[in-house]
Amino acid sequence: MSDRVLSPWHSAWRHLRDRPAAGPIPPVDEAGIRDLAARLDAAGIRRLGRGLALHALDPGSCGGCELELRAIRDVAYDLARFGLRFVDSPRQADVLLVTGPVTRTLQPALQRAWEAAPDPRFVVAIGDCAIDGGVFKGSYAVAGGVDTTLPVDLVIRGCPPTPGEVLEGLLMLLEANAARPG
Amino acid sequence: MSLAAAIRATPGIPCRPWLRHVLSPEQWRALGAEPNLALLAMWGDSHAVHALLREPAGMLAVTVTVADGRYPALSPWRPGARLFERAIHDLWGHAATDATDERPWLDHGRWDVTAPLAARPPSRIGAAPPVTFLAADETLDQVPIGPFAGGIAEAGQFRLFTRGPEIVQMESRLGYLHKGIPALMRGKSPRAASRFAARLAGDASVAHSIAFARAAEAACDTPPPPRALALRAVMAELERIASHLADIDALAQAGGAPLAGTPCQRHREAILRAAQRGFSHRLMMDSVVPGGIATDLAADGEDALRIAIAALGHELPAIARLCEVLARRLDGVAVATPIAAAALATGGPAGRASGADSDLRRSPGYRPYQDLNVSPVREQAGDAAARLLVLLAELRDSARMVRTLLAELPDGEIIAALPQASGEGFGWAEGPRGDIWTWLRLDGGQIANVFLRDPGWLTLPLLEAAMAGTDLSDWAAGRASFGLSHAGMDL
Ligand code: SF4
Repeated sequence: MSDRVLSPWHSAWRHLRDRPAAGPIPPVDEAGIRDLAARLDAAGIRRLGRGLALHALDPGSCGGCELELRAIRDVAYDLARFGLRFVDSPRQADVLLVTGPVTRTLQPALQRAWEAAPDPRFVVAIGDCAIDGGVFKGSYAVAGGVDTTLPVDLVIRGCPPTPGEVLEGLLMLLEANAARPG
Repeated sequence: MSLAAAIRATPGIPCRPWLRHVLSPEQWRALGAEPNLALLAMWGDSHAVHALLREPAGMLAVTVTVADGRYPALSPWRPGARLFERAIHDLWGHAATDATDERPWLDHGRWDVTAPLAARPPSRIGAAPPVTFLAADETLDQVPIGPFAGGIAEAGQFRLFTRGPEIVQMESRLGYLHKGIPALMRGKSPRAASRFAARLAGDASVAHSIAFARAAEAACDTPPPPRALALRAVMAELERIASHLADIDALAQAGGAPLAGTPCQRHREAILRAAQRGFSHRLMMDSVVPGGIATDLAADGEDALRIAIAALGHELPAIARLCEVLARRLDGVAVATPIAAAALATGGPAGRASGADSDLRRSPGYRPYQDLNVSPVREQAGDAAARLLVLLAELRDSARMVRTLLAELPDGEIIAALPQASGEGFGWAEGPRGDIWTWLRLDGGQIANVFLRDPGWLTLPLLEAAMAGTDLSDWAAGRASFGLSHAGMDL
């Protein structure tokens, strides 16, 4: 794994990793989304034009995490205003959003998709399963979390994480990306 | 008297609410050849294979003993048996004699063991056979798709055999998402195992949880309290509404009429947020548990749900109008004939759009639906437009049911304690994509064996049949119109 997990990354990663898995989930409301947008504006990120292309990969999810990814892509969250967009191929992707545990059967395909993404590529493990296999840990058919197969830059907890939580994670990614030298 | 009725009259093993009858190989084969019996599910056990069948007069659960690792195939008569037989071989190691298809289905050769659910799973020796597709005609062109196909989609592999612009044949290979869920559920209490039922298919989490809970409650002969039943139905209808909205949206995107999808996205999000307020989870995962429900409806959640449902009800006519353009585009796309749907016993919106009279909410004694007058929605055309119309009509009906249920919520307990029982039971629920069946056997309060039958098992073969003769440019819309969950059937 490269040395790109630098400080802004690291704090973002820790923040999400250390969040308790259960407990009250802050409601995602319009005000919350406006607030995220304002933070982006303040950081001048949108002006810098450093959007990120996201590509979703499901190496074994139950489909719940995909439902929430679809929700953030939909009108209610309107990713475009954050400079985030989904792309259909890993070749066009800056960020791979990986949901679910990695089944043994999909391990090679996941590895190939990662290899197809241009460097530097960020890997976000979305949901408890993607972190360590979640409830499916220990099965004969499951390799484990995404880190069994790919270097993971950011994890977002939850089963599934809410769209607000995913968005917050992606925002940290944007900020970290903008702070990256070069 | 039909053969099924004759078998039902014989003694059997209690498998509440029915009996399970052990058949001779000859009787089993004869059942397969009976024209009026629909095959709903087939699954394995250590030394046996079970099947769940339905005839107009009632349900029939049967078993055949496996001898020398083999049992008689049903696939020569029942096209729907094909995928089950392939999966039974992969998971339990039982081979179906005279099967129409002996290729692996779930096992791609990447597990350390073979037949992981067998009494003693053997270690894998040698490589698994590569994934093969069978073209009917070697001169056809091939379009390979998957296992990762772009978009936010589940992994699965498809091969389209085409001639010019037309799809002649479609073949699928799934199993990529297999997580070994039945094995993970074994040895656990129903309560602990229900976390897996809730995570078999995220888009039918509530429905699978209900079917599983009902199977456990049947095995323990312990009904849940009325308030739990009513709130389960609220959750199930909310899940159906969210899923139908997502499916209409996906269909609108794939069918080139994205405007029809936009209000669906908005309302789906509103429903999920209301579900979060009411049941503390947007997808209501783990809210349904064996014996009842885990947490009562939150006080302010009831209002949130009423508001979201009222807003949806208000806009449904406008959504239906936007869908008219879409329906015209989908006219004649991916036709699944009523004959094909009946031969496969496909239920759910896909089956109902091809004339199937199947909705488990109308099954006898299914509370609280028996008092809700579920409208039988059916179309005959079997094309993508018919499936869209069914989804739209069901949205209206589900919204009405949520309103009624909330207005008449019974008071009282929300959970009954299940005894540490031994026994077998069936449970079922009508999920957003169709009929869900769960069978389980408890041994001293722990799961000894379990099978969760997602509707996808019988929807995928219908989708494949419908694709024959469809224009390649209609593939995405045709496929979206079937709303298939790979995770649910991959186990
Ligand atoms: S984290 Fe939860 S929702 Fe996401 S794939 Fe795993 S079980 Fe499904």
